[in-house]
Amino acid sequence: MPRREIFTMGDIACAEGAISAGCRYFGGYPITPATEIAEWMAVRMPEVGGAFVQYEDEIASITSALGASWAGTKAMTATSGPGASLMMESVGLAVMTETPVVIVNIMRGGPSTGQPTRGQQGDVFQAKWGSHGDYQIIGLTPASVQEMFDLTVRAFNLSERYRVPVFVLADEVVGHMREKLVIPDEKDLKLVDRKMPTVDPSDYLPFKPGDDLVPPMALLGTKYQFYATGLTHDERGYPTDSDEVQIELITRLSEKVLRHVYDIIDVEKYMLDDADIAIVAYGTPSRSARKAIKDARAEGINVGMLRLKSVWPFPEKIVSELGSQVRHIIVPEQNMGQIYYMVRAFAAPTPIHLMTKPAGTPQLPDEILQKIKEVHSL
Amino acid sequence: MSRYEIRIGGFGGQGIVTMAVVIGESSSLFDKKYVVQTQSYGPEARGGASKSEIVISDEEIDYPKVIAPDVFIAMSRAAYLEYVHGLKENGVLIIDSDLVNVESELPQGVRVYRVPATRIADQEVRSKQTTNVVMMGAFAAITKAISIDGLRHQMEERWPKFVKINHLALELGIKAGEKALAGES
Amino acid sequence: MTTAPATLVHPMSKYIREDRLPWIYCPGCSIGIATGMIVRAIDNIGLDFSKVVFVSGIGCSGRTSGYFKTGTFHTTHGRAIPFATGVKIANPDLEVIVVAGDGDLAAIGGNHLIHACRRNIDMTVVCINNWNYGMTGGQFGPTTEHEKLTQTSPPPIGNMEHPFNLIKLAASSGATFVARWTAVQVRRGITSIEKGIKKKGFSFIEIVGACPTAYGRMNKLGEGVDMHKHLLEVTDIQNGLPPHEAEIEYDKRIVCGEFVDIEKPEYTDVLKQMHAKVRK
Repeated sequence: MPRREIFTMGDIACAEGAISAGCRYFGGYPITPATEIAEWMAVRMPEVGGAFVQYEDEIASITSALGASWAGTKAMTATSGPGASLMMESVGLAVMTETPVVIVNIMRGGPSTGQPTRGQQGDVFQAKWGSHGDYQIIGLTPASVQEMFDLTVRAFNLSERYRVPVFVLADEVVGHMREKLVIPDEKDLKLVDRKMPTVDPSDYLPFKPGDDLVPPMALLGTKYQFYATGLTHDERGYPTDSDEVQIELITRLSEKVLRHVYDIIDVEKYMLDDADIAIVAYGTPSRSARKAIKDARAEGINVGMLRLKSVWPFPEKIVSELGSQVRHIIVPEQNMGQIYYMVRAFAAPTPIHLMTKPAGTPQLPDEILQKIKEVHSL
Repeated sequence: MSRYEIRIGGFGGQGIVTMAVVIGESSSLFDKKYVVQTQSYGPEARGGASKSEIVISDEEIDYPKVIAPDVFIAMSRAAYLEYVHGLKENGVLIIDSDLVNVESELPQGVRVYRVPATRIADQEVRSKQTTNVVMMGAFAAITKAISIDGLRHQMEERWPKFVKINHLALELGIKAGEKALAGES
Repeated sequence: MTTAPATLVHPMSKYIREDRLPWIYCPGCSIGIATGMIVRAIDNIGLDFSKVVFVSGIGCSGRTSGYFKTGTFHTTHGRAIPFATGVKIANPDLEVIVVAGDGDLAAIGGNHLIHACRRNIDMTVVCINNWNYGMTGGQFGPTTEHEKLTQTSPPPIGNMEHPFNLIKLAASSGATFVARWTAVQVRRGITSIEKGIKKKGFSFIEIVGACPTAYGRMNKLGEGVDMHKHLLEVTDIQNGLPPHEAEIEYDKRIVCGEFVDIEKPEYTDVLKQMHAKVRK
């Protein structure tokens, strides 16, 4: 398709991003405020020769997407907090079986049923640590309708490249707001497909990694036979209770992500060059922060922003460098403080100031401006 | 145009969100402005409170929601009572005059325009569903914040089967807007 | 020079990952018999084995998938059917077989089972019913009979709950092919599995088996051989009986046979129609 401009919702931009990225399987269950993704996919998937399947719950939705992924199809699911909680079991399975899959969480108020139609950023830690055991995932945080498209494309690319589940973590405002979306010409999109084995089938070891720590992935119905299990397994895929194999596998599953942070991490530095106060933000609060920064600069305060377009893996080095550059860091989040703790872990001893807002309306620009002034006077 | 904020309040079923979407589409795709449209709604599909917002600007829009609207279109008494005090000083208040009365004091300098959009849709267009189109016409005529050509174009794109009736509703809305403008209170 | 004696090759070994043998199953367990039924059914049909996919969940039966030499998945507890559904929809040319236990399919995965029956996705589910959770040491499950003893249903009462009849469950949920055999009706079981695989729709085949190590020991049902002999004795073959009459009572009577064989539009076929209509 040639380049198009539409005025649309973040949820729909996400769905279109997935389709442009080559997604041809969507498994889902209706949930506010992510339902529009499912509704859009129900119409669009058949048009592009893909499948939209509505399941009995979110557990089946994500698990079926893993199956579709192994059958050779780029697959996704989309949900909100309550559904994300149910999906955590298969997030672990995807990590362990190294299955590419994209999980979209349009974050609403929690805990439990919370505020379905109101936004929050309360699931950022859940995305990283929600399933049991030690592992790494990738988490991207769009702040506009265009980024809902762009980062969903990126989510598929990263998922295919590293065979790891990738979360798109958008707050409800981003999911439900409408803005102009430019869908690029398909030939201008850079798409990544998973690495496939080239060795003779008799020599194929399904979980033997390449130099990049990512094993080539055979597909079902090909000449390659394999066993994929959620149990700790050796390079053949066979279960084992050996300590050595467990350590090697768990280390590699983390390292294959952490070794490539230079490729994965995505941040935007806004007016940071001369800043002595920095805001670290993502999603809708970063938009409030941008306005507050303009207003503060008009009053002569040197403030800037590190905007996180990816939160997992956490940009440890960048935040640590920021800590040594500025006098103060302010972290406004639509929660009780999550990324704040990560910033504190890596930017200390620079004072870090948390602005909590566990509610649907993000921090207003004026509220952040007041905080900037307060911190500036310290 | 620097940041220009529009808030529309009413109840579910009046087309409050659709109205904002069409204004947003028209302003973004036809008038080539930066636009963000948002909404909030309750669990009720019909009858509950409904609010939608549009921010229009010549520059990239940072904070996406309305802070203090330049224009407030009130299409229910409940919405009027809830949001009227948020209106900017010297702002514009457009009310569906059969559904909303000006009660209590308004922020300083607010200009009030009365448009019987529901009645026009019901009695003149003979389709209550076009209430929001009538109001869009009135809004464009009163504020000049969006182009009427853009609205017309966008409605044709969006509802190709209802071009005629929507054009009628839009024209009547524009007329009602002009009339309200002339008799400004 | 003397020629070496010809090595005996098991006729089904080409389907099995022999480098994974011996399997984890206890002496007297029925899961090996059920595995044999499945490969023989595949061999009889002459399927291209590389196009066959096995998906299982957790538990003793959940380990079965790992012994087949093709694309195989050992997923999480109860989730074999949704995983398999994704596989089948993404590539309908694959022959998808789920092998799982009663606890996996009817307790933690029960919701997926009934919805897959209703959805009518083309796959064959072989449920090995050993009356309890075997791998964790013998706890009561969704098929454990009232008052039977397990580690979590101890004396003086035993199981306070009542079991599912899986045939009734699958049939009333809309499965298009439903059959039950015990582990000793091997030839009949193979035939039903063949029919299930060939069926364009959701097939559910229950293989009633024995868990001598846990369930048998706790309820004093004897060794594996005794339990299998007992299964033979209490089997009552009633092909074509209405599924709601397919009773199962370990001590007295296990009604076996094929109970449902109906036609209705299959999901991936309907999806193809959808594609054809939308893309016209």
